[in-house]
Amino acid sequence: MSRHEMVDVLIIGAGASGAAVAWSLTDTRMRILCLEQGDWVKSSDLPANGRDWEARRYTDFDIHPNRRARPADYPINEDNSVMKVANFNGVGGGTILWTAHFPRMHPSDFRVRSLDGVADDWPISYWDLEPYFEQNDRFIGVSGLPGDPGVPPRHPPMPPLPLGRTGTLYAKTMNRLGWHWWPSDSAIASTEYDGRAKCINLGHCTPGCAQGAKASADITYWPAALRAGVELRTQCRVREITLNAQGMANGAIYFDADGKEHFQPAEMVILACNGIGTPRLLLNSASARFPRGLANSSDLVGRNLMLHPWPQIRGHVEEELDGDRGPMNVIWSKEFYETDRARGFVRGYTMQFGRTTGLVNEAITSAAAGILPWGRDHHKTYRGLVNRRLIIGIACEDLPEEHNRVTLDPELKDSHGIPAPRIDYTISENTARMMEHGIARATEVLEAAGARNIYTSRTLLNSPGHLLGTCRMGNDPERSVVNAWGRSHDVRNLFIVDGSIWVTSGGVNPTSTIQALALYIADQMKRRLANLFDDD
Amino acid sequence: MEDLKPAPFNLQERAIFRRLLGIMIPSDPEMALPCANDPLILEDCMTSLGRDAPAIRIIVSELGRSGFLDLPDDQAEERAMAMLSENRAKVQVLSRVVAAAYYRDDRVMLAYGREPRPPFPKGHTLVQGDWTLLDVVKQRNPFWRHDHEA
Repeated sequence: MSRHEMVDVLIIGAGASGAAVAWSLTDTRMRILCLEQGDWVKSSDLPANGRDWEARRYTDFDIHPNRRARPADYPINEDNSVMKVANFNGVGGGTILWTAHFPRMHPSDFRVRSLDGVADDWPISYWDLEPYFEQNDRFIGVSGLPGDPGVPPRHPPMPPLPLGRTGTLYAKTMNRLGWHWWPSDSAIASTEYDGRAKCINLGHCTPGCAQGAKASADITYWPAALRAGVELRTQCRVREITLNAQGMANGAIYFDADGKEHFQPAEMVILACNGIGTPRLLLNSASARFPRGLANSSDLVGRNLMLHPWPQIRGHVEEELDGDRGPMNVIWSKEFYETDRARGFVRGYTMQFGRTTGLVNEAITSAAAGILPWGRDHHKTYRGLVNRRLIIGIACEDLPEEHNRVTLDPELKDSHGIPAPRIDYTISENTARMMEHGIARATEVLEAAGARNIYTSRTLLNSPGHLLGTCRMGNDPERSVVNAWGRSHDVRNLFIVDGSIWVTSGGVNPTSTIQALALYIADQMKRRLANLFDDD
Repeated sequence: MEDLKPAPFNLQERAIFRRLLGIMIPSDPEMALPCANDPLILEDCMTSLGRDAPAIRIIVSELGRSGFLDLPDDQAEERAMAMLSENRAKVQVLSRVVAAAYYRDDRVMLAYGREPRPPFPKGHTLVQGDWTLLDVVKQRNPFWRHDHEA
């Protein structure tokens, strides 16, 4: 096994959180190395460059790793889960395959026990993160409009993306119903920003942005981090975090692109592998000192998996709308975000109103829904569907339950022979009631908009799958894996910065909060450099 | 990632697939739309099967065992439509393959008012829409919940 020179900081994972923490820690002048199991994605390789761009959403740019099955992907046993996993393994991580919807969690999301008597409060508040939300918005470039009465004040540095025909119809309808709406915050450049070109409406943003208008971590934090001296080693899959005789992390063993094993020593280790990859790595790092998995004295590593149930309600109207000629993100509604016990559940959801995808996807999804027949009536029906679809997503808050968890599959392994994760996940009763409430409200919106063919996908393959909660943060070492600033309770030079440390999920897309949290933890580390590994 | 190269369809499999495509998406004189078994579209389908080839081959084999090629047109159509209404998982794979090739054909894209090109680098135009609709929402007082509220 090759042994490398010692680094001060070893970051594992080059996605949204790993990139942000790497960039932030460059202030310290420490020697920082990041190991990433995937590779860079060249903009010329993204689907929007080709005529087959829609088909590639179902193959090498599918958000579902088991279907995508690139060499960098590891298999996940999802047989006992009603939802599937969304991720991408490469520089930029999930921000490569991402709609760039960029809402923040709300203040109430951090206090669900105090406010609503469910789950647990976070050990930090929205206000602790607020400066980092703002810093992150400015750094990566967020388009939006200040003044939304449904969320705390924020200051997106670019104007919102156009409403378009689709957004205008949604807005008229929501006004008629008297319900809140606002243009969505999007990590998509609506103007030129920091050397990046503005959005030119390539279509659905999920399978990567060939224009570079979408603020994926590979073109935002990583160039800045690399310029500041961070080393990023790609196609390096970490097998195990290692410990010294004192029980401190002292590095990691990884496989390179040729399958050769290496040992990388480090003074501290930061995990940024997402809510599946991080617990998988900790569980694979079991030792005599930590027989249940590294940093797992609480037995909570892998537990409390939250996947964000996200029903989608669709319908078609008579008038021609934007179709795929613009980003998916249009407007959001916070009308049903905060708890109202009269609804029969606690917590709430964001309604997200979308444009749709192209000609191919319209045919595929409408045929799957039984709306578009094959055979003699195909063309007649299709003409009434294409560019006429409305789609509302219900971003439900998913509350933590310990039986929803990540474990190691006893048989399934990745291409390096490393045990693969298995997930067990069910939707809670509270969330199920929330989903049905959201579906009913979205149906009202679509009916008021004049839609027909209204149908719902409660859980669907190409839908998140956000990966949260499996190494939760907290002040009590018996009830959490890391402390209030991301440090393992058990191993004092081991940190976690990804979505696994979330205590609850909120009812929003997580990337904004994941990155703000990573920047917050990096700042906490910088403030404590002299005594970073001391007892709390 | 390179898709695994599937074994090519033999002549009979190809003939079955061709007949099936012709039933799934017939031509449309009104919009001058080709049939899905048009030679160019069929070829695109065949060359882009990739990882879906085994699933498609199963469908084709099942049809073949029912004598699909020997049936008169009306019975072949009946048989194909029955298959398309069953086997949902397999049919979804088939739908994906056929729709992907059909709806990126130049003639089809032009018929639906789309330039036959990839999205990048030209992109599309998106109108701003009516921002005055937001005026009424701006009148609302903030209603997000403070974290100290009971």
